[in-house]
Amino acid sequence: MLSVPYNGRAQLALAAALMVTQIDNALAHGFAGERFFPATILTDDPFVADEMSLPQVSLNPPGPDGSQQTDIQIDLSKRITPDTDITISNEWRRLRAPGVTSVGGLGPLQTGAQYQLFVDGPHQALGLLGLNVTWGHTGRATVGAPDFTTLSPTFDFGKGFGDIPRSLTFLRPFAVTGNLGFDFPTQATTAGVPNPNNFNYGFAFEYSFPYIECCVKDIGLRPPFSQLIPLVEVAFTTPISRAPANQTTGKIQPGIIWAGPYFQIGAEAIIPANRGTGHGYGGVVQFHVYLDDLFPRSIGKPISEWW
Amino acid sequence: MRGILAALIAVAGVIGATPSSRAHAFLDHASPAVGSSVPASPPAVALWFTQDLEPAFSGVMVTNEAGQRVDLGNAQISQGSPAELQVGLKPLPPGTYLVSWHVVSVDTHPTEGTFTFEIKP
Repeated sequence: MLSVPYNGRAQLALAAALMVTQIDNALAHGFAGERFFPATILTDDPFVADEMSLPQVSLNPPGPDGSQQTDIQIDLSKRITPDTDITISNEWRRLRAPGVTSVGGLGPLQTGAQYQLFVDGPHQALGLLGLNVTWGHTGRATVGAPDFTTLSPTFDFGKGFGDIPRSLTFLRPFAVTGNLGFDFPTQATTAGVPNPNNFNYGFAFEYSFPYIECCVKDIGLRPPFSQLIPLVEVAFTTPISRAPANQTTGKIQPGIIWAGPYFQIGAEAIIPANRGTGHGYGGVVQFHVYLDDLFPRSIGKPISEWW
Repeated sequence: MRGILAALIAVAGVIGATPSSRAHAFLDHASPAVGSSVPASPPAVALWFTQDLEPAFSGVMVTNEAGQRVDLGNAQISQGSPAELQVGLKPLPPGTYLVSWHVVSVDTHPTEGTFTFEIKP
């Protein structure tokens, strides 16, 4: 047996060792204390990460004009330092409209830079600031790619409820993540049509089976069921200039995520939040890889720790 | 679409075939079980994780409702079972006890957690 004395000397040794070894104390891919936040599908994650969605396939509900869009999207997040990362994503779109030949092509290139504002382990809270850029002239116009660039500052947050009184046993697995942000197009109009500034807000309400098993009560769940996280995501966009304020659009996406040691798989229904968004139903599936777990000593580390 | 599915399955297969001694260590199960009630004071608390642990950076302690430590301070990882962490307990009276653990898996990722168990009167 290997002895692990849990005393002051060991803690001092641990602190010293943390400074000189390669322990990944940045808690990549969504940890705040004992809470694990999975990567969500509709809303942005409140943590920097080394992760990749490869791919995310969406069959969107028909829009108000009857057109329907299918997307195949790839996302990559890469930590530069333990607290910062960059993101890049793009998607291939296929657009079908009644009475018109369907068209396909790349959507706009999207990039981002993010800073982990705080990670509060005891309170299972996360905060992140980001600036996303949707680049103009980087996709095919016939599938909706813009001819202008849009800047989108965001604040993303996460909160687990594991710190509420332990007597509230089955409320403790709840967690919520959210996004608050704006879109600022760099061009006011396109062919006479206004490009509004938008207010974006979205939330993911999660109920973590892994948290039940690790930290609340062993109810006998075993893999794969103990790795499931049912959730409901909602996201809305409201124009705040150059367009009527009542043109809010949004989506509601109930679904489930299975989180394994190296990757997660998620599936959600897509329900338009109002008639302005569309009608009917759609669906999305995502295969999401944790690069920091797959390659912990190479590309899964922050770039600042490569040398 | 079939090509995408085939690629997905291939990627999942490659990832699934990677050694199981990597990635974050999650608590698999414990004795006494998480949130359980037991009829008498157990001699030890044992925790089994999903990944092998780094002994130098892994620990567990048990406290009573007053926040006083009631474990023997002899947390151990078995050489024959490197994913198992255990600590001895003093003889305990009925009450609720908090188990706090922190571990580092062999790929250097840290995780932590807490849970309670109860000794019935």
